[in-house]
Amino acid sequence: MAETSTLRRSPLSHLHDRMIAASVTGDRAVSVTETPFLAQVSLRVEPGTAAAARLGTVLGGALPDGVGRTMTAGTLGVAWLGPDELLVVAQADPQSLTAALSEALGSDRGAVVDVSANRTVLELSGPGARSVLEKGCPVDLHPRAFGPGVAVTTTLGPVPLLLWQTAPATYRLLPRTSFADYVARWLVDAMTELGSPEVP
Amino acid sequence: MMLLTCPWCGPRNETEFHYGGQAHVAYPERPADLTDEEWAEFLFFRDNTRGPFAERWAHSVGCRRWFNAVRDTRTYEVLAVYRPGDPRPALGDAVPAPTPAP
Repeated sequence: MAETSTLRRSPLSHLHDRMIAASVTGDRAVSVTETPFLAQVSLRVEPGTAAAARLGTVLGGALPDGVGRTMTAGTLGVAWLGPDELLVVAQADPQSLTAALSEALGSDRGAVVDVSANRTVLELSGPGARSVLEKGCPVDLHPRAFGPGVAVTTTLGPVPLLLWQTAPATYRLLPRTSFADYVARWLVDAMTELGSPEVP
Repeated sequence: MMLLTCPWCGPRNETEFHYGGQAHVAYPERPADLTDEEWAEFLFFRDNTRGPFAERWAHSVGCRRWFNAVRDTRTYEVLAVYRPGDPRPALGDAVPAPTPAP
């Protein structure tokens, strides 16, 4: 079979230059990059069951059990999406990760599906990142309510996405691939203002 | 803007939800036995309550789960939120419309 990986294009490959050019420096510095081709696996499993425990063992920690909660183990992260639904995001080979999780689930009730092409990952970082998101996200992002290790599914502007804070000033945004172009342009537009002095 | 408390995700903006109409409308046990009129009544006829009203909501961009809420249709105040399958909390019935002044 012909080698096809060289032909692979990320959903935002056409905007990489635009995103780099939009980087803002100064007090309210912020930049956005795409982290393409991460492995993503959708897990459906009843919490608290033996199957959930087995999946947790494969992933390297107890599965998150409530809204906003996440689990990280090395470059792998698991976010809570719903009462019996989780998303694994990892720098790994999606096929072998899915196979390992499928084996752990066995014949128990649940599902393990490779959804790597469903969403792409944008990383928004810098002291101004929260101001950018607050222009269009209805969730309270103030540190008293949100912080590193919190992930929620919400909207940015009109686009539904998974918002995951990974560090004090770094957010991961996971919009569906078909919305990624819009989200990237929305962010570039929202970041522009932070390059100018703040209007009191 | 209305804040709705999803039983799984907590308080979220109304824009994250979709409305699902009146709650507790039971599917007929033997739909084939219904007359056209009874079937139409099940499909299309809903209460137009003044006061506490039990309705279904879906947290469509969040956890994607359905739940029920009792909302006062006069004030938009959400009086209770509960999971599907749970009984409707007793929070009073419809309030009669005031009689117009003569």
